[in-house]
Amino acid sequence: MVGLHKSEMKNPVVRWIDERLPVFTLMDKEYAKFPVPRNLTYMWSFGGMAMVILMMMIATGVFLAMFYVPHTAHAFDSVERIMRDVNYGWLIRYLHANGASMFFIVVYIHIFRGLYYGSYKYPRELLWMLGVIILLLMMATAFMGYVLPWGQMSFWGATVITNLFSAIPVVGESIVIWLWGGFSVDNPTLTRFFSLHYLLPFAIVGVVFLHIVALHITSSNNPLGVEPKGPQDTIPFHPYMTIKDSFALLLFFIFYFTFVFFFPNYLGHADNYIPADPLVTPPHIVPEWYFLPFYAILRAVPDKLGGVVLMFASILILFAVPWLDRSPVRSMKFRPLARPFFWTFVASCVLLGYCGAMPAEGIWVPLAKVGTAYYFAYFLVILPLLGKLERPLPLPTSISERVLGGGPVPAAAAAKPMEKA
Amino acid sequence: MRALRCLLGALAGAAFAAGLASPALAAKDAPTPPSQNWSFGGVFGTFDRASAQRGLLVYKQVCASCHGLKRVAYRNLAAIGLSDDEIRALAAEIVVVDGPNDDGEMYERPGRPSDRFRSPFPNEKAARAANNGAYPVDLSLITKARMGGADYLYALLTGYRDEPPPGVQPMEGMHWNEYFPGHWIAMARPLYDDVVEYPDGTKATTEQMAWDVTTFLAWASQPYLEQQRQIGVRAILFLLVLAGLTYAVKRRVWADVKH
Ligand code: HEC
Ligand code: HEM
Repeated sequence: MVGLHKSEMKNPVVRWIDERLPVFTLMDKEYAKFPVPRNLTYMWSFGGMAMVILMMMIATGVFLAMFYVPHTAHAFDSVERIMRDVNYGWLIRYLHANGASMFFIVVYIHIFRGLYYGSYKYPRELLWMLGVIILLLMMATAFMGYVLPWGQMSFWGATVITNLFSAIPVVGESIVIWLWGGFSVDNPTLTRFFSLHYLLPFAIVGVVFLHIVALHITSSNNPLGVEPKGPQDTIPFHPYMTIKDSFALLLFFIFYFTFVFFFPNYLGHADNYIPADPLVTPPHIVPEWYFLPFYAILRAVPDKLGGVVLMFASILILFAVPWLDRSPVRSMKFRPLARPFFWTFVASCVLLGYCGAMPAEGIWVPLAKVGTAYYFAYFLVILPLLGKLERPLPLPTSISERVLGGGPVPAAAAAKPMEKA
Repeated sequence: MRALRCLLGALAGAAFAAGLASPALAAKDAPTPPSQNWSFGGVFGTFDRASAQRGLLVYKQVCASCHGLKRVAYRNLAAIGLSDDEIRALAAEIVVVDGPNDDGEMYERPGRPSDRFRSPFPNEKAARAANNGAYPVDLSLITKARMGGADYLYALLTGYRDEPPPGVQPMEGMHWNEYFPGHWIAMARPLYDDVVEYPDGTKATTEQMAWDVTTFLAWASQPYLEQQRQIGVRAILFLLVLAGLTYAVKRRVWADVKH
């Protein structure tokens, strides 16, 4: 029939819709039949978890915004009203506050996964770069969200971070005043942060959509880093990945809920239960834990502008990774020389996080410098050089060869849908 | 199984790394308060009602002359076991300025259960003026707003020493406390044996009163704590069962796929 989509849906109602708006065909193609490598590990479950937690943040955030009052005189009180007087308000707020930490835990693991298995390499460069944009948007969103309860750390964190822009030569001061909407962090700052904190997650949803469109063009990488050669190397997304990801997601929720119900303030800072006071500076101003490595980089440089530049560079450098890593081999499994450098890189990130939490004095300053130096050296020196010097182990010819230990197997046996009851 | 371990390892490692940040921040200039065995501690803890009620008495008779508790309403006290009549009577002890009435005038009326605790000073300036420039904070969030929470509060209240340690110069108008960051605190020791008489016959030692008022203030800081844990236990049990079932299904689905 002219103008209608050829639908294979059986149910007449579904079919009627699908012929006019083929969303069912789309879902079937992208989430049911969609072939993924058969050897994906649970490391590949973190992207889906990130998606669920993003939804969770939006859902809880919308309810919080119904009761939150974006005004310096009422913000702190309104949050406490949510905790005490709104039905299950404490639950909604704890889910949201801890959800942000969970989001970062999941996305950081997701990113380290990508770095370990070379998921950023051809043909997934753009997919990776969209991921970095998501990371940047997440950071902006989380930073502004933390300002909203208007506690001591909200206020002083916002003051310290916005002040960074004053390091920019010539226009720095004007930019800071423009950001603040005044001459200090005050009500105009709070209201604009609230507005943007509501807006940005939807921008994240948009970029995640593109991220997934790109993923569905290249399909997933896998622990071996060799592309599937044919149907014997893949399995359909449903039911295999759906059930595996569901299980991983449930474990993740147990982890998440342990924090929400039993240690809801463990990842936060006690000072943020003190209302903001522009006249009292807290002894240690520290950002949320997920910013600590970047905060350490900032403070590792004696020069303010230099620190700011390096801090931003530490994230922006991720955009260039697909071109900095010259090795043709994706997975670190086959890169014996690169592997210790990778784990040292992970260690340097943890070290930087620890330094970021400590006062910038004594042993912590040189340690932060070492961490910063290694962080950049990993991307700018080690990865490019390894690509030239390293002799990778022999790659398996295909996924099925490695997994099944023999030659290619008939496609039917590999991707048999569930028939056993 | 190896993959599963790697998933759990990743989550646990991340949580550990994240958590490292918190203890790293503990104040260096005061000792860590010893951890106490609170009735509301642990996963299944609940507030000891009798202790919290005695703590309310201590708050009312000692702390309330300097510290507010403005986020707690009288009606909330039902949660620590006060009866409606007791709550009504307690609320009626305060005078609330309400209005304006139809003539446009403000008027005074006795407090109602829906009223919140009244702060002793109209504003921070007045509070400071009455306390040599120091500010007695509102106590509604005190155990959440201090590192160490209830342990810190108890240690603070029992941590006064008549004299600073040898070699430390006394400070005019300040008091030496083992656990206050910097040790010199503007609040004079508020609790002495028997400043309060408990109706239930409990001996009002300094430690007992500190213990009771801490229990009460810990409740005031998070009155939803018991509900939170109850729901938490159920939610996590439910998820454990569901995860177990899901894992069984997953094994079944993947049974004939080598991977
Ligand atoms: C005579 C007035 C007065 C009384 C009574 C009083 N306090 Fe205080 N309190 C203060 C002042 C003043 C400060 C501020 C101290 C400072 O900043 O050095 C303070 C500070 C505090 C702090 C904050 C310590 C910190 O870590 O910043 C706590 C907690 C506290 N008081 C609890 C209590 C409790 C509990 C009681 C009742 C048992 C009580 N206070 C009775 C005047 C008082
Ligand atoms: C809101 C945050 C994010 C969401 C919701 C999200 C979602 C997803 C999903 C669902 C997948 C497919 C499942 C998987 O392979 O794990 C995926 C893959 C991928 N993501 Fe993300 N992601 C996010 C952030 C990021 C970030 C910050 C990066 C990198 C900087 C990134 C890089 C990648 C890459 C490279 C892939 C392909 C991985 C592969 O197939 O090996 N993602 N993402």
